[in-house]
Amino acid sequence: MLEVRGLKKSFEGHEILKGVDLSLEKGDVLAVLGPSGGGKTTLLRCLNFLERADAGTMTFLGQEMDMPSLSRKDIAAYRRHTAFVFQSFNLFANKTALQNVTEGLIVARKMAKREAEERAMAALERVGLADKRASYPNQLSGGQQQRVAIARAVAGEPDVIFFDEPTSALDPELIGGVLDVMRDLARDGMTMVVVTHEMSFARSASTHVLFMDEGVALASAPTGEFFKEQKLERIQSFLRSLDRKDE
Amino acid sequence: MSERVLDILISSFPRILGQGLLVTIPLTVISFALALIIAVACAMVQIADIKGLRQIVRFYIWIIRGTPLLVQLYLVYFGLPDLGLVLPAFPCAVAVFALNEGAYCAETVRAAIEAVPRGQMEAGYCVGMSYIQIMRRIVLPQAFRTAFPPLSNSLISMVKDTSLAANITVTEMFMTTQRVAGRTYEHLALYAEVALIYLLFCTVITWLQRLGERKLNAMNGGNVIRA
Repeated sequence: MLEVRGLKKSFEGHEILKGVDLSLEKGDVLAVLGPSGGGKTTLLRCLNFLERADAGTMTFLGQEMDMPSLSRKDIAAYRRHTAFVFQSFNLFANKTALQNVTEGLIVARKMAKREAEERAMAALERVGLADKRASYPNQLSGGQQQRVAIARAVAGEPDVIFFDEPTSALDPELIGGVLDVMRDLARDGMTMVVVTHEMSFARSASTHVLFMDEGVALASAPTGEFFKEQKLERIQSFLRSLDRKDE
Repeated sequence: MSERVLDILISSFPRILGQGLLVTIPLTVISFALALIIAVACAMVQIADIKGLRQIVRFYIWIIRGTPLLVQLYLVYFGLPDLGLVLPAFPCAVAVFALNEGAYCAETVRAAIEAVPRGQMEAGYCVGMSYIQIMRRIVLPQAFRTAFPPLSNSLISMVKDTSLAANITVTEMFMTTQRVAGRTYEHLALYAEVALIYLLFCTVITWLQRLGERKLNAMNGGNVIRA
């Protein structure tokens, strides 16, 4: 469904992505793992054109696109099929939870207000926050804000959702609620790309793992295979260091 | 205080206040409304980095902020007629005050827009909104909350600055006072009186500002706290 070849990105002469390939089928949950500074977030941001790739081609729903030269109009059209969940939530600060979800539906997709609100309520219901529909972001906890952000992502009925370290800005006791919502989505067959440091989530909820280090996809494999039959010393040591942190 | 002074104060009060309500306030309100339009336009040009226009805006702000308001009033009212451009005093004052305040407020608005986290823009893009839609519905409303107190400051300054219009024959509140004072020689009492009326106007604005801030806060769910 989504395939990327030769994705490159530099910032001020410093090459962050050195030619990354990836491929997603419908219903895949791809966990992107790896050490900080390895290019995970940049990769994800390039996938939704928040950063413009220097090189790379993308095939999405059968359509091939040259990533560096894609027009603004085509990017907008592509984004109507995708959604993005940020590490820092980025809920619209001047909108209530409900308005955060309906905003894109009404303004960008020209949906009737009533229909948008029905769909938004269903999405808020799904993340367990229907009763917070009238709350503004700064009246919600971080975990609640992130769940509203997920509702906002889901409401557009995207073909794929990108998650950029969705639990990294949360207090430990709030992480579980967000991961539960994401597990539900995965179970329901949502296609997802998740940059994360949550190994338990990657092990239990992802179907594939992409390991990024120094701008290269060091490994790409089905989840079971990645964790059980890992031969690369670099990855083994990374996983061990995380296990130590968990203890 | 002698009875004569008191009489002068009482009889001049409605005249001065009336001129305040009829000239000073409209002059302020019209000029400030125009200044806000100029300010938002100039801020947007700079934020969106529109080539060419941006340089013009920076030049305009440079000129306005680098020259005295009184000189600007003289230039336009007494100077432009040399080029064949004669404007009546009131429109002339409106134009100068609007252009002057617009330059200062442009910087206020620009700073307020820049203070809105970049993530707001990105989130807007990701739900499919266009730049203009995000600006109008997400960024500018939040920037307005930030800009509100300093803009109130500018408005308060402007109420008082309109007294300079007396120099170009606009019979606003201050000129009216000058005339009474010139006739009666009660300078201390009359200028104190007009000062009090300016103070009254500004007190009302301060009060409106507090009301406005409370309303804006309610629209953002309490004080705006930004991550």
